Amino acid sequence: MFGKLTLDAIPFHEPIIMAAGAMIVLGGLAVAALLTVTHRWKWLWTEYLTSVDHKKIGIMYIVLALVMLLRGFADAAMMRTQQAVAVGPEQGFFPPHHYDQVFTAHGVIMILFVAMPFLVGLMNIVVPLQIGARDVALPFLNSLSFWLTAAGMLLTNMSLVIGEFAKTGWVAYPPLSELQFSPDVGVDYYIWALQISGLGTLLTGVNFFVTILRMRAPGMGYMNLPIFTWTALCTNTLIIVAFPILTVTLALLGLDRYLGMHFFTNDLGGNAMMYVNLFWAWGHPEVYILVLPAFGVFSEVTATFSEKRLFGYRYMVWALIAITVLSFIVWLHHFFTMGSGANVNAFFGISTMVIAIPTGVKVFNWLFTMYRGRVHFTPPMLWTIGFIITFSIGGMTGVLLSMPGADFVLHNSLFLVAHFHNVLIGGALFGYFAGLNYWFPKAFGFKLNERLGRWSFWCWLVGFYIAFMPLYILGFMGMTRRLQHYDNPEWQIYLIVAAAGAAVIAVGIGLMILQLFVSIRDRDLNRDYTGDPWNGRTLEWSVASPPPFYNFAQVPHVHGIDTWASMKAAGETVRVPDHYEDIHMPRNTAVGLVMGGFTLVLGFALVWHIWWMAGVGLLGAVAALIVRAMDDDTHYTVPAETVARIAKHQNLMAERG
Amino acid sequence: MQLEIQRPGEYSMRAKNAHAHNDDRESTSTTVFGFWIYLMTDAMLFATIFVTYAVVFTNTAGGAGPGELFELPFVSVETALLLVSSTTFGFSMITARAENKAATLAWLGITFALGAGFLAMELHEFGGMIAEGHGPDRSAFLSGFFTLVGTHGLHVASGLVWIVVMAVQVTAHGFSETIMRRMMCLSLFWHFLDVVWICVFSIVYLLGVILNV
Amino acid sequence: MAVLDPKGEVGMNERALILGTTGWMLLVVIPVIVMTIAFAWWFRASNARSRYTPEWAHSKRLEAVLWGIPTVIVVVMAITAWQSTHALDPYKPLKHEAKPIEVEVVALDWKWLFIYPEQGIATVNEIAFPVDVPVAFDVTSDSVMNSFFIPRLGSQIYAMAGMKTELHLIANEVGDYDGMSANYSGRGFPGMRFTARAMSQEAFDAWVAKVKAAPQRLDAASYPALAAPSEYNPVAYYGGVTPGLFGDLIHKYRGGPKSHGQE
Repeated sequence: MFGKLTLDAIPFHEPIIMAAGAMIVLGGLAVAALLTVTHRWKWLWTEYLTSVDHKKIGIMYIVLALVMLLRGFADAAMMRTQQAVAVGPEQGFFPPHHYDQVFTAHGVIMILFVAMPFLVGLMNIVVPLQIGARDVALPFLNSLSFWLTAAGMLLTNMSLVIGEFAKTGWVAYPPLSELQFSPDVGVDYYIWALQISGLGTLLTGVNFFVTILRMRAPGMGYMNLPIFTWTALCTNTLIIVAFPILTVTLALLGLDRYLGMHFFTNDLGGNAMMYVNLFWAWGHPEVYILVLPAFGVFSEVTATFSEKRLFGYRYMVWALIAITVLSFIVWLHHFFTMGSGANVNAFFGISTMVIAIPTGVKVFNWLFTMYRGRVHFTPPMLWTIGFIITFSIGGMTGVLLSMPGADFVLHNSLFLVAHFHNVLIGGALFGYFAGLNYWFPKAFGFKLNERLGRWSFWCWLVGFYIAFMPLYILGFMGMTRRLQHYDNPEWQIYLIVAAAGAAVIAVGIGLMILQLFVSIRDRDLNRDYTGDPWNGRTLEWSVASPPPFYNFAQVPHVHGIDTWASMKAAGETVRVPDHYEDIHMPRNTAVGLVMGGFTLVLGFALVWHIWWMAGVGLLGAVAALIVRAMDDDTHYTVPAETVARIAKHQNLMAERG
Repeated sequence: MQLEIQRPGEYSMRAKNAHAHNDDRESTSTTVFGFWIYLMTDAMLFATIFVTYAVVFTNTAGGAGPGELFELPFVSVETALLLVSSTTFGFSMITARAENKAATLAWLGITFALGAGFLAMELHEFGGMIAEGHGPDRSAFLSGFFTLVGTHGLHVASGLVWIVVMAVQVTAHGFSETIMRRMMCLSLFWHFLDVVWICVFSIVYLLGVILNV
Repeated sequence: MAVLDPKGEVGMNERALILGTTGWMLLVVIPVIVMTIAFAWWFRASNARSRYTPEWAHSKRLEAVLWGIPTVIVVVMAITAWQSTHALDPYKPLKHEAKPIEVEVVALDWKWLFIYPEQGIATVNEIAFPVDVPVAFDVTSDSVMNSFFIPRLGSQIYAMAGMKTELHLIANEVGDYDGMSANYSGRGFPGMRFTARAMSQEAFDAWVAKVKAAPQRLDAASYPALAAPSEYNPVAYYGGVTPGLFGDLIHKYRGGPKSHGQE
């Protein structure tokens, strides 16, 4: 009846897991209680859960990312604690069975459920506004993408209390991830969580690619695209090409595990090296999927807070395109030590180094955007400056690792761990935080508290260096990654320092939460009535904060880059056209939510081999899709008079502010 | 700096009464374009499976290889069914454009039958192989074969479901802009499956028998 | 700093490569960091003395420099990469007058099996070899993927079932060096460590004699017990070993179901 699922699957005997589970349940109950007390359920349902508005969906993505950041960081804190103590006779707090799940979950969660939703959320909020569109090309699909991501996220977190997560590392290399060596459900959770959320990401890629190509305001040519939108275009191109590879890779691993096939098994002709190649053929572009939008944020932020046009826009675009293309011919640098010939290794090493050229150019262009500007040290700008410095170091260690001869001794060491945290925290995450501080007022109509934002930045920056510089040293000392326990006492002091760094980052996260809380409490003091709190340069700042649901009462005409800055310079910022028109908008729908729910059921059932339940999940999801396809009443018309009334009200607010 | 600036009076305007229709047409072209992009991701998916098949092609692990397993005449009939179904779908598009409901439904029905026939033959082939001990768990080569052909088969099966849904919609709503948009997407999908099958037929079956490993 | 304090020629070359490359890159990275801080500070909004040119956003000449600097750095690095990758290719035998010692390495759950085919002995979690004599490792796995790594001697190489990878190392100083798996391989991974003992020729001969004297034999009968999963395995010596065992372990994954019957 319930497949492999029995009560034994719930680890009642592990106090740490039970406490974590209890915290999740209590947190959920607290949120539910708050919603009930404030009578917000209906509001939540109509304004967010069933919304197809790109801004609302973007906000939900970022909320998901921030919540998962807490979970992913909790995993990180556990690892740092464990390694700070588990030396010699001491086994630390976590046995291998638990520790191995922790580092797997940490990687999966941070990359797929923090970084991905964060950047997709930012794209959702910003891209349609930057290109003068009223929504994305396929709004329902956008809602479906989000709910699939949420389903994958929930499945990952269910594994915490029901059964277990993979004990394979986030790459899940076979043969370790094959049934023979990992007979438990952990890898199955991994497969289905990634498969479901990956499908959501793939749909997002298609959606935003089409949006950027087809929904731009008249006059916005490709060399007039705001730079963040350019990075979004590149990222979505990468998603479209790379994510199908992940889908296939996980499907093949799943077929091995579920139907006894032999793609990656040791025996009967399987080839585990094929998995490693396929995984990184997705995995390396994925790194650029994560970091390119952050580059976009830095470009926007540097220009705005230097009160200057972005230096070398055209070269920035070409650099982006170069990185996008090159990202597909470097995957082998993840396994120089597999024994490929010297020619192959040298080719992939050099192709990796070549990426440093366009990346270096971007760094220089940010520098020369500040040059002869007027730099304002707002939180987004601080994140940007912190990024340039940190990323330069991370880039350098990355190029060092791309040298096969150096990689032969640094591969899989803590040097590697330090390197990719250096670029993913110092590159991608700092960028998302900059974007969060920068566009928050656009999404909510009030600014975030700047002082707490600055404190949080400093804690993150200092904490980052304390936490990860020791790991570089440990890499040189020959310490490999994923060690639940070690015997070399010389390593311990560095690991204790790293743990202290994690504690400083924890303070930074705490200050972030405080910043959000204080900003919401004091929102009336920080209202943005103008819609343009930072003296911005691109079209998203030409509409009210938050923008009306249709974004633009009249679709703007564009004649160059930085349209809004030019309009302001020419004194033509009046937002009252002589005429309003009817606007055609998509209706809210719960179908995305329902499909996400059924997909979650499907994923859970597949993990536990509950076949009837899998049938219910699959049929439910397909039926919901068919119901949606049968519904012809998916749009409605906002009459011109309504648009005029909303616009008049907002202009009034802008004048008063 | 030479940036031309819009003036409030120059806001783009469309005739008010015409815009709903324009919106529909715009959304049709956007949706069809989006569907094209989706098909590209699907092509990428098949390309990846083809690559894995190429890697494990010779890994028969002492079991049967393509030369012993594939019956070209049988597969040729299968192929013919799918190719003809592409043509019949083309006819259903033509009759749909002419807003001829009965003919459209008839052509959709024929397409469905051909597609179902293709799928039945494929399942028959699979069943025979498994019964003789050449199932997907026998060797990496057979894993690759079943996965590649099976993934195409799953696509055909989804196409069949879609054809049924489409027929119901045509019956209920006739040939609105929305229906035609969906017909267009289904048409792209169905022809795409044909193209993929031609690759499967040439690479897996023909080349397999020729190389006869 | 095991990697930066190598005891063998391969590791020394790799250290030189790491230090040289890093130094070369610091030529740009340090100026970039200094410029970042200097630009941000000098051009702060409150500094009335700094120039402000809001429309200055393009300069072909400057852009040429900005592309030129990283290009020059990368071209030099690419040349280094091509040469060093060939020079340090783990498959390439080391140029040395002494005849290399052959060691066959098998990664097991979770210990290392070392077979000395010429000496006819096998050990677990300990290897020895004379200093200044190249060691030719043939590496495979009879389980999941691992990476064979002795940080003080240099390069690592993956150990994979059904495949043989090769690695050539040399120790130029007497000493006991930590060896490990550098690729996570499951529950017992942290304990998958061994000692690599570089010693004088005489000491090595004595060590071989000591192992030879061990009563245990490694053959089809005793192998399964060794291959069964175990954690934090102690060092073990096998005075004799079935010839061709290493090749058999690789080949059992290559054939059909018949040769698969080991389990």
